[in-house]
Amino acid sequence: MDRAERNALTVAIVLLLFFFVLIVYAAKGLKIDLPTCVTDVQPFKEGKLIQHAPDRYELHVVAKMWLFDFNQGNTEIEIPAGSTVDIYLTSSDVVHGMHINGTTVNLMAIPGTVNYMRYKFDEPGVYHVVCHEFCGVGHHAMQGKIVVK
Amino acid sequence: MKVEGGIRFIILSEVVIPLLLLIFGVYHGVMQVLYRAGVLKTDSFLGIDYYQGLTLHGVINAIVFTTFFAVAFGNAVVLYLLKKPLRSAVQWVAWFMMVGGTLMAAWAMFTKRATVLYTFYPPLIGHWTFYIGAVLLVVGSLLPFFLDWIPNAIAWKRENPDKKIPLAVFGVFVNHILWTIMIIPVAVEILFQLFPLSVGWVDEINPLLARTLFWFFGHPVVYFWLLPAYVMLYTMLPKIASEKGKLYSDPAGRLAFILFLLFSLPVGLHHQFTEPGITNAWKLIHAMFTFCVALPSLITAFTVAASLEYSAKAEDPSVKNSKFYWWTRLPYLRLEGDKWLFSYLFAGLILFFFGGVTGIVNASYNLNLTVHNTAYVPGHFHTTVGGLVLLAFLGMSLYMVAKLRGTDVRFKGLAALAPYIWMQGMFMFSYAMMVGGALEGFPRRTNAGLTYLNPDSPLYRPEWVGYAQLSVVGGILLGIAFVFFLVSFFGTLFAPKVRESVVEFPIAEAYHDAPTPVLNNLKGWTVAAVLLAVLSYIPPLYDVTQRGVFHNSPAYNEQYPIPLKQLQQTEAKTKELSMKEDR
Ligand SMILES: [Cu+2]
Ligand SMILES: [Cu+2]
Repeated sequence: MDRAERNALTVAIVLLLFFFVLIVYAAKGLKIDLPTCVTDVQPFKEGKLIQHAPDRYELHVVAKMWLFDFNQGNTEIEIPAGSTVDIYLTSSDVVHGMHINGTTVNLMAIPGTVNYMRYKFDEPGVYHVVCHEFCGVGHHAMQGKIVVK
Repeated sequence: MKVEGGIRFIILSEVVIPLLLLIFGVYHGVMQVLYRAGVLKTDSFLGIDYYQGLTLHGVINAIVFTTFFAVAFGNAVVLYLLKKPLRSAVQWVAWFMMVGGTLMAAWAMFTKRATVLYTFYPPLIGHWTFYIGAVLLVVGSLLPFFLDWIPNAIAWKRENPDKKIPLAVFGVFVNHILWTIMIIPVAVEILFQLFPLSVGWVDEINPLLARTLFWFFGHPVVYFWLLPAYVMLYTMLPKIASEKGKLYSDPAGRLAFILFLLFSLPVGLHHQFTEPGITNAWKLIHAMFTFCVALPSLITAFTVAASLEYSAKAEDPSVKNSKFYWWTRLPYLRLEGDKWLFSYLFAGLILFFFGGVTGIVNASYNLNLTVHNTAYVPGHFHTTVGGLVLLAFLGMSLYMVAKLRGTDVRFKGLAALAPYIWMQGMFMFSYAMMVGGALEGFPRRTNAGLTYLNPDSPLYRPEWVGYAQLSVVGGILLGIAFVFFLVSFFGTLFAPKVRESVVEFPIAEAYHDAPTPVLNNLKGWTVAAVLLAVLSYIPPLYDVTQRGVFHNSPAYNEQYPIPLKQLQQTEAKTKELSMKEDR
């Protein structure tokens, strides 16, 4: 290995280490973490929006061919701005995706499992929820809405 | 080296057959940008519907074309560098398995029996011929390695005990060792989960386990596509750049291949960052290994650039002392001899630069939340597999066909221009997809023209229109570039023979060389790679089988929102009823 090669390798390793440290900081320091293995909530059959406090919600989403059940069959829900929502997600048939556009909520819905992520909706507006995993012929019409007032 | 008869036919057909299929794969690529932008507001066009076409596009371009090419290229490289004859019997069995498997899977896809995309995620299920066809194709592609190349290499080593195995052969071997290992998890998934479900031997499946096994294969497979292109970059590009060109460092090349062998496998969870049922600590560990597998590409970037610098300066000593000016001395668009091939590898390299940067974004754990399953992802991988890999394979296909047929490359100008038009098209397409995906959440794998990009639909999303339209322009340029290539390819294939049929490659010597016995110990590194892969998959496999999945799932067809079994039972009942009525 000559000097130029050694320098290039050092730069590459330092760069990658720098990126990795930033990631770990964002995950553990800023708490922007990935979903993990949830074992305390069983897969559910019906969507539900439960209010625990004025700004605390629990949202049970069932993704199915070809709609999002946010609350007893509703594909659209309303919550006040500034709410923190604990989102639980499952699927009742095939694999779906659930991306709340404009947020970091980006989850897969896999039948037999429960996915979880917490998100605080600070900005009022209409949040489109898109299924982004192929789930059959109706896939391109699988969109829900979260209206933050 | 002269090559005639059966072996010549086999290598030639392993290049031509997938290219014929690729015409359909690329055709549907162009159709897709039209569908997605709402230029075509329809479910299907000429009898092929959007998702069926997407399945064909993915399977043909990413699985069939790449696998066939890797075998053809491996056959030719091993034959040329070890100078040992290939065994006809082995090659024919492999050929029939690969062609037969491809035909089976193609039948299922073209007849709409397997519209499951190239990832075939259950519980969506296709016809069994799709799965068995895929298994035949990949298993067939292993036979030449085990029964032809390895015995030939052992014999070569016995005759040349103090020589290192040539770098190109070394790269091909690392690639097929990786291929062998990664096929095991996907073969388990297909043979023990998907195939039994598709023929009805079992009623239910664990979809998360299937996905985990799939990505155990699905990540390293991108390196299976990439490594033949890297072999060309290391061993051939310097020689194409200049007759006096040399590879900057042979040990650096070997180190890069060994790092790929070690770190390609234990990284599959970076495709499952947003999935439930897997403890995120393992996701972070796989993210770390993914950063490790970026390292050999960074090493390659240095070595290839250094080789180009050496070659440019050897060709034109007047730039000997310049830091940047030598870049102007490379044969970007030249037609003499084999220089046209430079266009392919160079345009591919430029695209791959962006592919690498965006790949690191994908791998970055929580950053993946902003881009997962958006159009960003296809934007990324079209600059890698649709960039460097495809361009290197197309260029080398044309090169090999000319040598094997003994013809001159016809329409050389078109051939040399095609990669740059392709590069420009891919820039526009990928830019649109990546920015639209990352900033606005434009999803992938969606026939958006019917709903999201349809002003008459209640789901209309005007913020996506601009990106989709830019990707149409890119897609059309890509189509034009591919037609340019095809004209030259078939022109060359059917041109009159002017010299002997040969297998030949422009192999460059190394500028820096060393014996490096540690790096050449492929057996030891293979064992290390397997151990690392197994260890990094034990915890997630425990999660997806024991902790995270509460119940299994029945199979579904993409057309109906009820389980397949139930559907078949109701169908059988209605048939019975109508038969009774008929009586
Ligand atoms: Cu969907
Ligand atoms: Cu990957």
